[in-house]
Amino acid sequence: MKLRLLSLILLVTLPLAGAVKSGVGKPAASGSRAKIETPASTLSSLSLPQFRWENYTTANGLPDNHVFVVLVDGDRLWAGTENGLALLEGGKWKVFTPKDGLAHRAVLSLALDKSTGDLWVGTMAGLSHISAGRIDTYTQLNSGLSNDVVYGVGVQGDFVWTATAAGASRLNTRTGEWSLYNERNTPMAEIWTYAVSAAADKVYYAVWGSGVLEYTVATGRWKDYTDPDGENELVLFKDQGLIHKITTSVSYVDDTLWVATYFGDSRYDGRSWHNFLTKDSGLPSNFTNQVKGVDGTRAWFCTDKGLAYYDGVNWAVYRPALETGTPEMYVRDASGKVTPVAVKTAPAHNYILGIDFQGDDVWVATAKGLSHGIRQK
Amino acid sequence: MGARIALTVGAAAFAMLLLSAALPPAQAGAPSADGKYLSPSEMASSPDGRFLYVVCERSDELLVLSAKDFAILQRIRVGHIPRTVAVSRDGRRVFVTNSWDDTVSVIEVAKTNTATSEAGTGAVTRTIATGAEPYGVVVDRSGKTLYVANRISNDVSVIDVASGVERKRLTAGHGASYLTLSADGSRVYCTHVYPRIGAQRTVPQSEITVIDTAREMVVERIPLDGVAGMFHVAVSADGRLGVVAQMRPKNLVPLAHVEHGWVFGHSLTVFGADVGADANVAAGGAIEVPLDELEHYYSLQYGVAITPDKSRIYVTASGSDVVTVLDTKRLLAFAHSHRKPFVNDLSASANYVIARIAVGKNPRGAVMSPNGQRLYVANRMDDTLSVIEVASNKLVRTIELGGSNNISALRRGEQLFNTSRYAFQGQFSCANCHIDATFDGLTWDLEPDGFGKDIVDNRLIEDLAGTEPFKWNGGNPSMAQECGPRTEMYFYRSQSYTPPELADLVDYIYSLPTRPNRFRPRDGQLTEVQERGKAIFFRTVNKFGKEIPETNQCAYCHSGPKYTSQKKFDVGTGKWTDRSPIFDTPQLVNIALTAPYLHDESARSLEEIWTVFNPHDQHGSTNDLTKDELNDLIEYLRTL
Repeated sequence: MKLRLLSLILLVTLPLAGAVKSGVGKPAASGSRAKIETPASTLSSLSLPQFRWENYTTANGLPDNHVFVVLVDGDRLWAGTENGLALLEGGKWKVFTPKDGLAHRAVLSLALDKSTGDLWVGTMAGLSHISAGRIDTYTQLNSGLSNDVVYGVGVQGDFVWTATAAGASRLNTRTGEWSLYNERNTPMAEIWTYAVSAAADKVYYAVWGSGVLEYTVATGRWKDYTDPDGENELVLFKDQGLIHKITTSVSYVDDTLWVATYFGDSRYDGRSWHNFLTKDSGLPSNFTNQVKGVDGTRAWFCTDKGLAYYDGVNWAVYRPALETGTPEMYVRDASGKVTPVAVKTAPAHNYILGIDFQGDDVWVATAKGLSHGIRQK
Repeated sequence: MGARIALTVGAAAFAMLLLSAALPPAQAGAPSADGKYLSPSEMASSPDGRFLYVVCERSDELLVLSAKDFAILQRIRVGHIPRTVAVSRDGRRVFVTNSWDDTVSVIEVAKTNTATSEAGTGAVTRTIATGAEPYGVVVDRSGKTLYVANRISNDVSVIDVASGVERKRLTAGHGASYLTLSADGSRVYCTHVYPRIGAQRTVPQSEITVIDTAREMVVERIPLDGVAGMFHVAVSADGRLGVVAQMRPKNLVPLAHVEHGWVFGHSLTVFGADVGADANVAAGGAIEVPLDELEHYYSLQYGVAITPDKSRIYVTASGSDVVTVLDTKRLLAFAHSHRKPFVNDLSASANYVIARIAVGKNPRGAVMSPNGQRLYVANRMDDTLSVIEVASNKLVRTIELGGSNNISALRRGEQLFNTSRYAFQGQFSCANCHIDATFDGLTWDLEPDGFGKDIVDNRLIEDLAGTEPFKWNGGNPSMAQECGPRTEMYFYRSQSYTPPELADLVDYIYSLPTRPNRFRPRDGQLTEVQERGKAIFFRTVNKFGKEIPETNQCAYCHSGPKYTSQKKFDVGTGKWTDRSPIFDTPQLVNIALTAPYLHDESARSLEEIWTVFNPHDQHGSTNDLTKDELNDLIEYLRTL
């Protein structure tokens, strides 16, 4: 079975060592009360954000600590967990499960249609559409959806794109027509699609074993980007192309494509590639579950060893320390110098699965809870 | 400056050209220009109350009437089968939905008399594209945004009036049809003529879809448990009371044989702040109140109007040729004092119904004059308007709109189709189950062969010639038998039509045309996907090169122009509830509209026919198809 399953298994078997050791109740400010030792000038000179982390777990209303995905919807917050979809609104949690019509309790992906306010929910057993509280579910049996395991979902105008375990699907919400994209009509050698990033002009898919697929809306044509090294996990020439064809996440923003793999990450600006590896960047791990671009320069990386932010030059990493679980933050500047930043709080766990932005704040899905990073000025 | 003058002159000339394109004004009572029937169905009043705009479904016209003397000032040609009308708050624009064209006609209205037009009249200046089969329409208070309920696409179009561009589609319910704007303009309420497509043999569920006009988003869905078909919705001027006309089956699986009790309940849902303060309120703040009486029914409630002071509610019973008047205060008091649902208590209506006013044939739309002194009712089947004086609740005038006085056999048949006077105690008409010649979204237990036996789907009844026999078991060889002895025996439980009447009714039903297929490309050229699906539909060899038995080929049973061989087959879809697994082959024309599927509605989608209910390839040879290919087949079927 693919590494994605390994990732899911890791999720449920992770030792607590990586978790922030703190109690939970209402949002918990996690971690020890270590004194901040890093000079403020270091952070401010690097312009890297610092957060106070509040963590949510089952102890304070989350239906499950395994949080696959998080999505900000204005003042509301959606969290897809292994045991239901949770909505945080007005300080209270509301949980949607199959009893409410949700396709499955394990929620893997979320997408908001900003035009209508409707939410699309990818689960282990179908795609659910939530509109003003009503849930309609599409499965491979009752609709044209290619497969019930919906790893990714994205909204592009009237179209809803899904990344499933059996290729990509596109629903035209005006006509009800489903279009399937797989090895028959795209350069998709394997059809295990993991993630989708949909914009007005392009749609990108992370395909497990087939790199990245690009769909151009104007022409309706597909193009693939794969690892020039092929099966070789060695990087023969840095920045020659996509770092690895086992891709896990794509994020298309400002005409720039960010790609996450389990072997490092890549950025493509339409002309050239730039790759990020632990050995020559501030990435805490090459095993990246999600990448989310802020723009063409900045991005967030959700790895199995913490959350990383890249501002185009410098890096910051946020996590419970791998050995002790105490809150940890460090920065890496352009010269490669690593400077620890003493912090009192950290995300709930260092196994990070997803991130979304709420103004200057961030929300982070982890293997052991949901974390709210409150930006400190 | 010169360019501006040229533009102004050009615009004026264009406007005059458009005005001249409108049909000339006619006198009240004069025959319609083309001699057809009019079928007035909906109306709107100008904000100042001086003019009435009347939509005529049959003649594709909008009539402009003076509300003073009811003179017909103008007949404006609009699109095909217009349904509803809305007027902007300043009275300068009128919008008409054209249900078979998928458009809205925009009519610019003259404010004062000019050389080319009278005040209140106007001309179609633009046509705006909508979703599939537009029905209800409202324009927001600014006049900038139009909301259109689309019956086939089950959504609401949000349209920028200035540009004519549809900004977005909002997901509504099944058969989205009627809209109303709250008095403060903050909300649009949408109702639906079909229940939600749910699991088989479950209570029908409907909803009132509530749209926030500031955000142009659906913000609430008020659930209506047990409600099948909903029609007009109205909200009081103070915004505290909403009213929906509706019908609901009495039983989980409706029993058509009325000797076991009544079939449909005709009722209202009331909702809003006036209702929601009591404990006797379902989730969403809605209460259902019956309008029938113990031994008499008022079928197919359709139009709703509320007086400006909220003291009275008027409801048209389109199958009973009656307007029902409710005392709002008594209604709310009764609702608040009865803590359990009483929608099935037919004695309840005596507590709040204060009048039943006989009007013309098939009363549909109802509109209150802005001053609250008159109620206007459009009588669709006799081309008249009824004018009711609110103070006395009396019919004070009937306005002839100029439809043909020569009542043809087809017109008589149409009248019979829409009246409930033949059913026992006036319970229902053909139109209850075949809403606007379609269906009702319910499964039925039609024959007294034991409760729960032979549960059957209700079919679309357009273009039926060449689809005989009828019934799912193919038991009725002709429409005359279907509508005559069968209806008398199983439905109406009373002697119904005379032989000439039956002939008229049959002629009318056979005359019902097929509505445009929205999935077939307009140029007739199928897409690549549809072509691939067509090849699967007509294939004789499976993917392994093996010949498919003739009876397992799609095109063998679904043959001919209507895609039915008119023969019966066992396709493996019989259930334990069926006396026989052999069913008539249904026609496939406009099959995309008629979910759920199979004889008993057990398949909620076209996909489920094959992914769930065809394990042994009896219902066509399909198990060799990939998911892509099944999708292709379905895309082709949707074009039929």
